[in-house]
Amino acid sequence: MENRNSGGVGRRGLLGLALGSAALAAVGVPRARAQAVRTQARIVIIGAGAAGTALANRLVERLDGARITLLDPRAEHWYQPGLSLVAAGLKPASYTVSQTADWLPAGVTLLAEAAAAIDPVAKSVSTTGGTRLDYDFLVVAPGLVLDHAAIEGFDLAMVGQNGIGALYAGPEYAARTWAAVQAFTETGGTGVFTRPATEMKCAGAPLKHTFLVEDIATRTAGAGKHAMHYFAPQGALFGVPIVAEKVRMLFGSRGIATHMGHDLRAVDASRRVATFVQTTKDPAGVETKTDVQVDYDYLHVIPPQRAPDVIRQSGLSWADKWTDQGWVEADQKTLRHLRFPEVFALGDVAGVPKGKTAASVKWQVPVVEDHLVAAIEGREGTEAYDGYTSCPLITRVGRAMLVEFDYNNNLVSSFPGVIAPLEELWISWLMKEVALKATYNAMLRGLA
Amino acid sequence: MKDLTVGTLIAVFEEMFGRGLFWAMAGAAAVVTALYLYVLVRDHSVSWRKFLVAQLAMPVGAVLAVLFVWAVTSSGLRDVGGPVDLLTLLGVAAAGAVGAAILVYTVQSLVWPPTRDPSRERG
Repeated sequence: MENRNSGGVGRRGLLGLALGSAALAAVGVPRARAQAVRTQARIVIIGAGAAGTALANRLVERLDGARITLLDPRAEHWYQPGLSLVAAGLKPASYTVSQTADWLPAGVTLLAEAAAAIDPVAKSVSTTGGTRLDYDFLVVAPGLVLDHAAIEGFDLAMVGQNGIGALYAGPEYAARTWAAVQAFTETGGTGVFTRPATEMKCAGAPLKHTFLVEDIATRTAGAGKHAMHYFAPQGALFGVPIVAEKVRMLFGSRGIATHMGHDLRAVDASRRVATFVQTTKDPAGVETKTDVQVDYDYLHVIPPQRAPDVIRQSGLSWADKWTDQGWVEADQKTLRHLRFPEVFALGDVAGVPKGKTAASVKWQVPVVEDHLVAAIEGREGTEAYDGYTSCPLITRVGRAMLVEFDYNNNLVSSFPGVIAPLEELWISWLMKEVALKATYNAMLRGLA
Repeated sequence: MKDLTVGTLIAVFEEMFGRGLFWAMAGAAAVVTALYLYVLVRDHSVSWRKFLVAQLAMPVGAVLAVLFVWAVTSSGLRDVGGPVDLLTLLGVAAAGAVGAAILVYTVQSLVWPPTRDPSRERG
């Protein structure tokens, strides 16, 4: 009997514990919240993509009374790191699509309009709908523009047919890219993969697409039925030398031929011919440019990428750097404009040497948040962005290299001694497949 | 990862499974663990026969856990590369095995309490 009684007490105790944890679980764990700063500041954020949304969520927590307005004409939010998976048939287009409004906090205003003009001297933004927004602080995060018109003969309507892919153009085009890839992997032939001469978002994506198509093609039609060619205007396969060397070795082992110094200029879809301008230098350093025509059965087009016109026309761009691209003249460490201290740049549009990835945004947003809140409080911020950029460089379905680096081209591992950055690993693939979107979403909510 | 805190991890897991499913799974795991501890405390001994059956469930749980992870991540055995991959695989298998064993033991103990269990051994 005694035993039974003590057992009864134990049972109640344990059930109480279980119920207690369930109740705690239902409520959720309270998150630490610092004292919000009282302010009347008017903050305009151009762009409600990864950077704009994450920053808005964080500022709402930090500021009390600020009037935050986001400008974005597109109602859909695109999870762009997923586009490579969509273009490889691993995820549906819907995997990358959500609604911008669902990510934004209460207390901010989302205007479904684009910025038409920015006057950084008068501190105002005019919208395409004719609204004038005066600001105390401006965060420029509109992303970038894919200049498809720069490729002669190319039109987005071609994507998915006649062996043409263009996964950067959005979820729908990524899905259509998979249609072209699938046909190519089944029938075989020559695959031609490109990247532009300009700065670009996620410089690993052209490589991922090449690796994935090669892997799927080999598994589908078998080895020896496909010839794979990678063309790039640059002199190396990746901006970080140690990664470029690793990719060079992998391309070699996978039989992917590389053609450096080749810039895609024109597409003849009916004849399936791509025209590149090849730049060569003789020993004296004199450049020679020649047209090179390449037949293809599958062509992946990545057009030149530039800052939106409104940025380039506003006087916010660098005057002496990237003059054909117009990235915002920002301090590398604080992302603050060098001439207009109340202006910050975030994400793809920022004129800094690295950082056009979602992972970079995750590192950049707390920096801008810190300096912006500090400015409101009348002090200097302390956070600095070191150029952190990360790329789970997929090398085949099931494996990836978790490449992370900074401004100095140093590898900066998140898991030193555990996950080797230059090793093709299943765990790195698992992160891309399972954890990355979740981390991204948490970032959008300002929680990661 | 920057600022890897418990809060960040919880936020990531909430996004991974959806808030409701994540906390439902965490709650289910907590309840099964609590019930397991409860039957141990109640019985004041381990029933080795039940433990044997539970052990038989371990390989099944291990295999199911690995197959589940492969299925949801479009990957397979050929993708296991470096040592950390092998450790991850073993970790998944071990978690599946232990989870299956605890579940099977707890269910047996709840369905056949010691007093009505003819095979009960004295502790």
